[in-house]
Amino acid sequence: MDTTIFLFLLQDGIINGAVYALVAIALVLVFAVTRVILVPQGEFVAFTALTIAALENGVAPATPWLLLALGGLAALSELIRHFRDLTLRRVARIALFDLALPIALLLLTRWIAPMKIGQVGSILLAVALITPMGPMLYRIAFEPIAHSSVLVLLMASFGVHFSLMGLGLLFFGPEGTGTTPLSSQSFSLGELLITGQSVAVLIVTALLLLLFALFFGRTLLGKALRACSSNRTGARLVGIPISAAGQIAFALAALIGAVSGALVGPLMTVAYDSGFLIGLKAFVAAILGGLVSYPLTVLAALTVGFAEALFSFWASNFKEVLVFTLIIPVLAWRSLVAPHAEEAE
Amino acid sequence: MKRHAPRLIRAASAAAILILPFTGLMPDYWITLFNYIGISSLVAIGLVLLTGVGGMTSFGQAAFVGFGAYTTGVLTVYYGVSPWLTLPAAIAVTMVAALLVGAITVRLSGHYLPLGTIAWGIAFFYLFGNMSWLGAHDGLPGIPALQIGGYALIQPRDYFVVVWIAVVLAVIATQNLLSGRVGRAVRALRRSTRAAEAFGVNTAGAKLLVFVYAAMLAGLAGWLYAHFQRSVSPGPFGITAGTEYLLMAVLGGAGRVYGAILGAAGITFLRDQLQDWLPKLLGHTGNFEIIALGAVLVLLLQTAPGGLWPILFGPPPAPKLPPPPDGDRLPVRALPPPGTPLLQADQARKTFGGLVAVNDVSFEVDSGRIIGLIGPNGAGKSTTFNLITGVLPLTSGQIEFEGHPLEAQTPRRAALLGLGRTFQHVEIVADMSVIENVALGANLRGQAGALRAIFRLDRAEEALLLDSAMRALARVGLADLAHEPAGTLALGQLRLVEVARALCLEPVLLLLDEPAAGLRVGEKKALARLLREVRAEGISVLLVEHDMDFVMSLADRLVVLDFGTKIAEGIPAAIRQDPAVLEAYLGGVS
Repeated sequence: MDTTIFLFLLQDGIINGAVYALVAIALVLVFAVTRVILVPQGEFVAFTALTIAALENGVAPATPWLLLALGGLAALSELIRHFRDLTLRRVARIALFDLALPIALLLLTRWIAPMKIGQVGSILLAVALITPMGPMLYRIAFEPIAHSSVLVLLMASFGVHFSLMGLGLLFFGPEGTGTTPLSSQSFSLGELLITGQSVAVLIVTALLLLLFALFFGRTLLGKALRACSSNRTGARLVGIPISAAGQIAFALAALIGAVSGALVGPLMTVAYDSGFLIGLKAFVAAILGGLVSYPLTVLAALTVGFAEALFSFWASNFKEVLVFTLIIPVLAWRSLVAPHAEEAE
Repeated sequence: MKRHAPRLIRAASAAAILILPFTGLMPDYWITLFNYIGISSLVAIGLVLLTGVGGMTSFGQAAFVGFGAYTTGVLTVYYGVSPWLTLPAAIAVTMVAALLVGAITVRLSGHYLPLGTIAWGIAFFYLFGNMSWLGAHDGLPGIPALQIGGYALIQPRDYFVVVWIAVVLAVIATQNLLSGRVGRAVRALRRSTRAAEAFGVNTAGAKLLVFVYAAMLAGLAGWLYAHFQRSVSPGPFGITAGTEYLLMAVLGGAGRVYGAILGAAGITFLRDQLQDWLPKLLGHTGNFEIIALGAVLVLLLQTAPGGLWPILFGPPPAPKLPPPPDGDRLPVRALPPPGTPLLQADQARKTFGGLVAVNDVSFEVDSGRIIGLIGPNGAGKSTTFNLITGVLPLTSGQIEFEGHPLEAQTPRRAALLGLGRTFQHVEIVADMSVIENVALGANLRGQAGALRAIFRLDRAEEALLLDSAMRALARVGLADLAHEPAGTLALGQLRLVEVARALCLEPVLLLLDEPAAGLRVGEKKALARLLREVRAEGISVLLVEHDMDFVMSLADRLVVLDFGTKIAEGIPAAIRQDPAVLEAYLGGVS
């Protein structure tokens, strides 16, 4: 391997790693606040890319229908659970958030899609369509079992992932597409060709990570979320509503997933089921970071991206095998360093 | 012989199931479906043992099905080996793979364990799909059918017999395994690893045993699958399939062997119907059934996390105990004569960071004595206790027991030396009967391993162990509750169950951590009487207790700790007058 190839692999690894970093940060955030290991995080990524692709072609995507379906389920689930203590306020909130919002977005999408609103418009609309799915999923699947063990939540998370993959197939069809690059410019640095797309990915990722750090370090809401993650009971005792915290965490995760989707769309062909592998590799990074530390997670994500690039150069057939095997020694090491007590059922 | 009636009914229904496909009442379509149910049941039974009983959740079980299927695929297609000969090979390969994977996996703690299974589950899937000699993503076609004397078992109804004989054997083997000595240890893993270790269970070994057993059942399922399907490809061995098997185990009721079959039937049937109806309903083809399967999993966890079997058929029946042996008893440990020095703590010290929990404490315990270890809250009593029983390592100093230094002590070694203990916070396996909980104490007094249990060759030993448990239970006055699930007892009763369990170890030294807390007056008197009896037999007792009347009336000597330091030692009457002790308990008089 000469320097050119190495630098090329490094660039490739950093770009992929940056996307994994975003997704992994979302996984860590959701796990910290709700103890849910969000397997369907990758679906947000894939669905966003598919939505943007459709909008760029002037076709109305099926995403608003999916949003409406999830909204209907979330409304139903909450109405059943709170059948005895329904307040006007709750009903109004359900009607507004679960039904009126998806319908408004549906009408908007159908109205402006044929106009080909351009790249920025498409991305913004896609992000607006995907982000509300986060809190809806939390209310449908996880809120009723929020007190359960990590294991039960993990199984439920797999259930949600299955259902979403099937729904993705139903709403988006089996074909994969790509989206136009965020920037078509490129320049060379020595022997290395650097595309505008990679620069855009790095800038957006860095910016988002910075915003994230500010949010958790400086704002009251961010601090409240951190409180939930370090001690749920304690947070509830000082008046932080756990359910709202969970919904916010899921909304942020979906938002980050959507932005990642806008970033990976031009990098690869995305199909309804592409999200799973992206999510899983981010998940490897999140585990490497111990599911707690954000800076470690970013570092781990870049490592995973680079390792993947190297593996695909050396043994492209076995790149997935190697990436996922990477996690086992880390889990073993973490079990030795930080063995946690048996979790009560 | 009324006792054998259920067994007859079971044998009759098993026979009826095997004959059913030949009656012509069952269309081929259903027979095929039942073949798949049977094959999945084997995997699910393994998962019930692994997850529901052993507390280890695996998303990767489908990979072991793959090991079984590919082993027979390669051997029959490339080397023309007879399919019957590949059965032991398939199981052996799966076993070796499970030993290697399991050696790391079972040591992962908490939710790292299921995450680990996801990781290797995915890695194996891609490995199968990228090995060219395994046919890569296209797989291996042309696997021969099973043959009996030239007659090929191609018809679904012929294969039905093979599959369900395997299921029946797996159910019997699993039930036998669970009812034996090793089974009790495995059942204790999920609820109380601490208790299992304190009675000498090699927990990592027990976990690995269950892991390999579950993998072997999956390997058997893979072998059956390959010869029914007549080809293998990586698709059914991925993480999706692995999660589906887990769904089956959860649906049936994790922890219940028959529930696994119910769950496998439910999911296989549901998927089959959905594959039929959904494409018609939606107008496209595609695997839309995963939408519903995912939803079923989420709904199940929300509404019936215990699974369907307990809802339909109630809690597990009380275990059938083997008949008491005629006069035979387990060999009894020879106890040292009263007054022999047993335990010497010499400058024992334990620090946690900057906190000195036990500060150079020295004391001795002689055989046939009751020593009380007392002190206000936070005095370091429980830490001292944990140092002796091997739960915590010493920072410095020395503790010796019958001449054995206890520096690198583990709970298991403490049990081997004859230290029987109870816990301050009760450590009981709630879903096991009282007598089985007590019999866990006799774990080290039996030898029967998993194989002897599976073939039911452990009955004579089991009878002795359970007889000893029954007598220990009678000594604490709970004989009539022997067959109740332990979870239904009151706290005070559970403390007595723990005492019985510790007695069942045949201890040289009995370590009791606040045994009288939560006991009623009558129960306390009975316990005091029991401890005097035990002392008369030559067993020593180290008693941590807050109830002063209780401990003063019983103990030969008292050791008083305060802030980790020994402030007094002596006979109860002297301790009562000791100014340092009075100050520690009542505050200084100034």
